[in-house]
Amino acid sequence: MTAPVRIDRRAFLRLGASGGGLLLGLQLPAPLARWVVPAASAGVGTAMATPAEFVPNAWLRIGSDGGILFLVARSEMGQGVMTALPMLLAEELGVGLDQIVVRFAPADPAYVNIRIGRQLTGGSTSVREAWYRLREAGALARTVLIEAAAARWGIIPATCRVERAQVLHPDGEQRLDFAALAVAAAALPLPAAVTLKPAAAWQLIGTPAPRLDSPDKVNGRARFGLDVRLTEKAVACVVRCPVFGGRLRGFDADAVEGLPGVIAVLPISSGVAVVAADTWIALQARRMLRIDWEPGPAAGLGSAALRARSAARLEQAGTIVEDQGDALTALAAASTRVEALYEVPYQAHACLEPMNCTADVRADGCDLYVPTQDQGGAQQATMEITGLPAAQVRVHTTFLGGGFGRRLEQDFVREAVALSKALGRPIQVVWTREDDLRHGVYRPAGLNRLRGGLDRAGRLVAWQHRVVAPSILARVAPAAVADGVDRTAVDGAVDLPYAIPNRQVQYRQVDSPLPVGFWRAVGTSQNTWITECFLDELAAAGGRDPLALRRTLLQGRPRHLAVLDLAAQKAGWGAPAADGRGRGIALVDAFGSIVVQVAEVSLQAGVVRVHRVVCAVDCGTVVNPDGVVAQLEGGILFGLTATLKGAITIADGQVEQGNFDTYPLLRASETPVVEVHIVPSTEPPGGVGEPGVSPIAAAVCNAVFAATGQPVHSLPIRLRA
Amino acid sequence: MIAFSVNGEPREVTVAPEVPLLWVLRDHLGLTGTKYGCGIAQCGACIVHLDGQPVYACVTPVGSVAGRQVVSIEGLGAGRIGAALQQAWIAEQVPQCGYCQSGQLMAAAALLTNHPQPTDEQVVAALDRVLCRCGTYNRVRRAVHRVARPPTKQA
Ligand code: FES
Ligand code: FES
Repeated sequence: MTAPVRIDRRAFLRLGASGGGLLLGLQLPAPLARWVVPAASAGVGTAMATPAEFVPNAWLRIGSDGGILFLVARSEMGQGVMTALPMLLAEELGVGLDQIVVRFAPADPAYVNIRIGRQLTGGSTSVREAWYRLREAGALARTVLIEAAAARWGIIPATCRVERAQVLHPDGEQRLDFAALAVAAAALPLPAAVTLKPAAAWQLIGTPAPRLDSPDKVNGRARFGLDVRLTEKAVACVVRCPVFGGRLRGFDADAVEGLPGVIAVLPISSGVAVVAADTWIALQARRMLRIDWEPGPAAGLGSAALRARSAARLEQAGTIVEDQGDALTALAAASTRVEALYEVPYQAHACLEPMNCTADVRADGCDLYVPTQDQGGAQQATMEITGLPAAQVRVHTTFLGGGFGRRLEQDFVREAVALSKALGRPIQVVWTREDDLRHGVYRPAGLNRLRGGLDRAGRLVAWQHRVVAPSILARVAPAAVADGVDRTAVDGAVDLPYAIPNRQVQYRQVDSPLPVGFWRAVGTSQNTWITECFLDELAAAGGRDPLALRRTLLQGRPRHLAVLDLAAQKAGWGAPAADGRGRGIALVDAFGSIVVQVAEVSLQAGVVRVHRVVCAVDCGTVVNPDGVVAQLEGGILFGLTATLKGAITIADGQVEQGNFDTYPLLRASETPVVEVHIVPSTEPPGGVGEPGVSPIAAAVCNAVFAATGQPVHSLPIRLRA
Repeated sequence: MIAFSVNGEPREVTVAPEVPLLWVLRDHLGLTGTKYGCGIAQCGACIVHLDGQPVYACVTPVGSVAGRQVVSIEGLGAGRIGAALQQAWIAEQVPQCGYCQSGQLMAAAALLTNHPQPTDEQVVAALDRVLCRCGTYNRVRRAVHRVARPPTKQA
């Protein structure tokens, strides 16, 4: 980038007119009165109350009292947006992270995620979407503040610069605080275009920054949804039909009504709610309800029957999603053919904070206090139930005790809003762990048939993959599957980076009584396992080393090769593994990033032990390096739970698991050493919240394959005794 | 009425003795730093210290703590080990979503109180009772060692 760092307003306009500058497409802020800004957490800075503010855009307010407020419009669910997004704005504005107050933004069209078209946090998009927008927002404010200072001094703006929330006079002596310039800046017109700092001038981007939420997350002060405390609040627990798709016939609350602390028992669309003075009373009373359910068509269904349904679909042709060359002819002509069936079970998100929402519905408006990934959806659901206009539905986002896609749903919001509306008081709906695991939306179970063919020289010439799985989009956006294809079900199966000349991928939807949803890394979380494991089967059939085969298939893709080679080198690929151990490698190109992982495993008494995972990533320009490392570490362990531990299974239309004793998560003693290596890049940022999840199952299973000669065809890994 | 001490302060609550300490802390005393994750002694999000020992507050009836000393995450920083752990947690940038971290810190503090220089096996064993869905285990472990500074092994 050759753009100048400092530039005066006339020059901007010139640049803007000639297309050399970055045009601003910022929406101006909603009226300030509508901005109810909840404290992101008690300890981050001081509250602001000043009438004289410079509000250049929806993300930033600079007060004449010295307060600088950043509004973070994405949900902090552990992935570090509360730090990474302010870094982008602060970089261009010219302030330190220690000089700002950060709050979560309300629901407002100004905060729509332009990569998704809705105000939500998902798809590993937060930094990618903000990359230009927030830097432009910061640069715009800086430009105007410099103009205000230059006007006061009677000098040319281009001679001034900013540093730590001050504009510096070229004499090296005089300086003006942003606070002192706020009122003057507010009176100036906003420039039409600004120029961003060149990378060489960055002071924050690329330098590890401690997370702004860490202090409150080590002393108990961080406020999650379950920690919301309002006066007059009552707690509700809901009994939902244990069988998917069932409905309420009737209930008997005699044993409960009149118990001390029980406020109300009432039916709502999801079941029967017990509303009580506190959580324990609600939980105890809930157990005493007698409910008559009409179980519906799923009664009697079990996992084996659902699998049989998918197996039948697998014998039928699916809709062709990707078709390159002529896979069928190439398969028929291949000198070596490999065929395999890969199977993944349902998985739950199991966010450590169970679902919850606090709603306060009144005649003149509603306040929602909710750990949500989808402020727009929460507002919409509330409007539907209450009939209130958007402006009167204020969404206060708390910290999220995990999200992983589960908090894109509105089931818990609807419950709280309906109950608060019915009872005319603030209601906190609290889900137990059992509620959470039994009434989730699940990662779709899938059945996959793969066929591959090698030619006489051992080259991979043919690839066919048929995916059979329930559709997420059929539930949440039916119009998107009109052509019979759910793109989320084939992500990671199509558009592989490998040069395979003849390739066909098909998708076939299968109905399921379980609602399926977005689960961290979505389609790539399972399809990467399948494709990368099958690639190793083909490598073995052709007598090729798995790394060497991938290198061959990635010729002409230097970014992929660099990540592959870095991971292989750091993992000691090629040197023999210790006795009884195997190494496996897997790659994904997803969410704008390339991730390669090498796992080293051993088998002890039929149990897979993962000793070490080496991960290399090219995620473009890195904003907060330690944040990237943490996301990849976390993604690997999240994926390991699905690789090694449990699954969601069904009996009689109901989830069989209920808590962490039957749906275990990876524990500290099962955690491998994890190393993350970042490939330097000047490309725009890629996502990192999800792609770390995608390759780990394949890396581990390929390591098991290397150690035992037995490919793993279903998850979680269950070795034959 | 049940009387006990929380973070050094005398507290009294009027609840049935079988109510778990977790809900008394959260709903009656306004101390929301102690978390609910499972309710059945599986996840460790609710760990507090009872007379210096780690207990799962979700399965500890409040009646059983009468007259005893409870320390929750809100009181952890008052002690030398607790404050040092909180610093180490920030130095290692441990928390992601943060929901499990009260339990991680309380488990770690109890370990270091009983074993100021634990082996790595002791650290892992103590932390094994606290689940983290975000996958912060290796950083938790590093942070505990940072405080314990075990003597370097002699060859
Ligand atoms: S809530 Fe007590 S151990 Fe999980
Ligand atoms: S930091 Fe999220 S559960 Fe541990």
